[in-house]
Amino acid sequence: MTPSAALSTGIGSSLPREPVLRADAVEVGYPDKLVWHDATFSVERGEFVAVIGPNGAGKTTLFRLILGLRRPNRGRLTVLGEEPRRGNPRIGYVPQRHSISYDTHVSAETLVRLGASGASWGPRFKFREDREATRRALEAVQASELGEKALGQLSGGELQRIFLAEALVGDPEVLLLDEPLSNLDLRRSRELVEVVHGLVTERKVTTLLVAHDINPLIECLDKVIYIANGRVATGTPEEVLTSRSLTELYGVPVEVLHDSRGNIVIVGGENPHEEDRP
Amino acid sequence: MSFPWSWNLVTDFRLMWAFTFIQNAYYAGTIIAVVAGLIGYFVVLRRSSFATHALGHVGFSGAAGAVVIGVNPIYGLLAFTLSGGTGMALLGRRASTRDVEIGTVLAFMLGLGLLFLSLYNGYATEAYAILFGEIEGISTAQVIFTLEMAIVVLAVLALLYRPLLFSSLDEDVAEAKGLPLLVLGTAFMLMLAVAISIAVQVIGVLLIFALMVTPAAAAVRLTRRPLYAAILSVVIALAATWLGIFLAFFYATPSGTQFPVSFYIVSLAFGLYVVVRVAVAPYGFRRSARAPHAARRSLDS
Repeated sequence: MTPSAALSTGIGSSLPREPVLRADAVEVGYPDKLVWHDATFSVERGEFVAVIGPNGAGKTTLFRLILGLRRPNRGRLTVLGEEPRRGNPRIGYVPQRHSISYDTHVSAETLVRLGASGASWGPRFKFREDREATRRALEAVQASELGEKALGQLSGGELQRIFLAEALVGDPEVLLLDEPLSNLDLRRSRELVEVVHGLVTERKVTTLLVAHDINPLIECLDKVIYIANGRVATGTPEEVLTSRSLTELYGVPVEVLHDSRGNIVIVGGENPHEEDRP
Repeated sequence: MSFPWSWNLVTDFRLMWAFTFIQNAYYAGTIIAVVAGLIGYFVVLRRSSFATHALGHVGFSGAAGAVVIGVNPIYGLLAFTLSGGTGMALLGRRASTRDVEIGTVLAFMLGLGLLFLSLYNGYATEAYAILFGEIEGISTAQVIFTLEMAIVVLAVLALLYRPLLFSSLDEDVAEAKGLPLLVLGTAFMLMLAVAISIAVQVIGVLLIFALMVTPAAAAVRLTRRPLYAAILSVVIALAATWLGIFLAFFYATPSGTQFPVSFYIVSLAFGLYVVVRVAVAPYGFRRSARAPHAARRSLDS
């Protein structure tokens, strides 16, 4: 496989509309260092996409570009057919959070409701609408019974479902989830992935999920965006997660191993300099 | 002076209300309790209680400086707390939790205030009033000024309430939703500065915690809804202030010694806080009776 084949977009051509996300030769970085460059890919409506790569490779940076919190140095990125802009109500975002302070007494329902009402200034007379939207969002993530609990009381998996409801309450078309699985054990990870996958299939919410480990996700994914070594590879998991394509990407030998249950282990390629990045 | 006390509270209240200084104390105390209770809720939510304490001390040097140059101390308070609050806000929200730096500035400000007061002849009484408050010495003009400041703070808070709440709870998502965090943070510190400046008249810079933090800290343990918590915080601040003025007016030891109002307000707020901490579970009252039903319902559906 040539590099260009490994980096191609390939699937989703049955949908005639403009892709949800289109990157065209995007380069992003700070004055003193490049994060990644030459990224060309697209994400189609209703796809479930995993963003994978070593620490500091620039996975969160991709989200900040999509949210309009950063600009690319070069190239062009469009989201839902327009330039990225801050506060786009069509995008729901769950940032990476390690935890929430144990003494947060505010109810989970309040946080979800703020997802709908928190950005409106002055008096707001949409109490019923907000309450109803909040109820539906909690229901969609199977967290109706958690609404009255204090945020500080919730477990890691429960909190992630609340954050998901907070992102979902405005009925976004795109969901960006940054490491929602990082503090969860395998069982809770799979439960959360099931909830997210349900949203993708039932509501056609295009979802990008940053993860460390692809294994809890692998059965439901439509596409993988693999960021490493300053480069971005995209395609189906079968296309990207091969020894050949990752060796291309890293420029050093990489092995992709499969166990008897279909779990994937990636060996080598973890550039030591990548790990040092904040 | 001490007054005869009866169990007929109406008679007591009428007796007390005949004095203009008591009326002014109640007016100012009420306005300040409302502002301090509401702003205090955000202080607790944003974990800015040490910054609040520090702003009080910054205000102390401002007030003392104003006394030296013969200006009303409230203007010195406002000037120093507003600039101190802006400085803290511009350093970012993380700055308000940098306790070493804040403590260093706090100590210097207290020393500066001491210098200003030593340059002034009426040293003891003025210092006492700024440090511990002098609610019974509030003039009608001061009440009106306090009301004006309070209206400004409440109007700004009404405009910012939800975005401020959102950014206090969930900064990253609020930023992605397009909320201007720096503007909100600065606006909050300015509201806090005004609230502290007017509250100093009642409670003084050293006891500012009792009105700005304690009522809200108790309130958040009683309800999980922000609006109810903010209202409860006001109710607790009002209860401590109203009852404090009343007790200070009537109670005297057998030898005729009366205790200062600030002592009562601080003690009542503290007492209410302790009662709440002891009586209520960490996240508020348990609804154990409801929980099994909720679980069963979700299984049924």
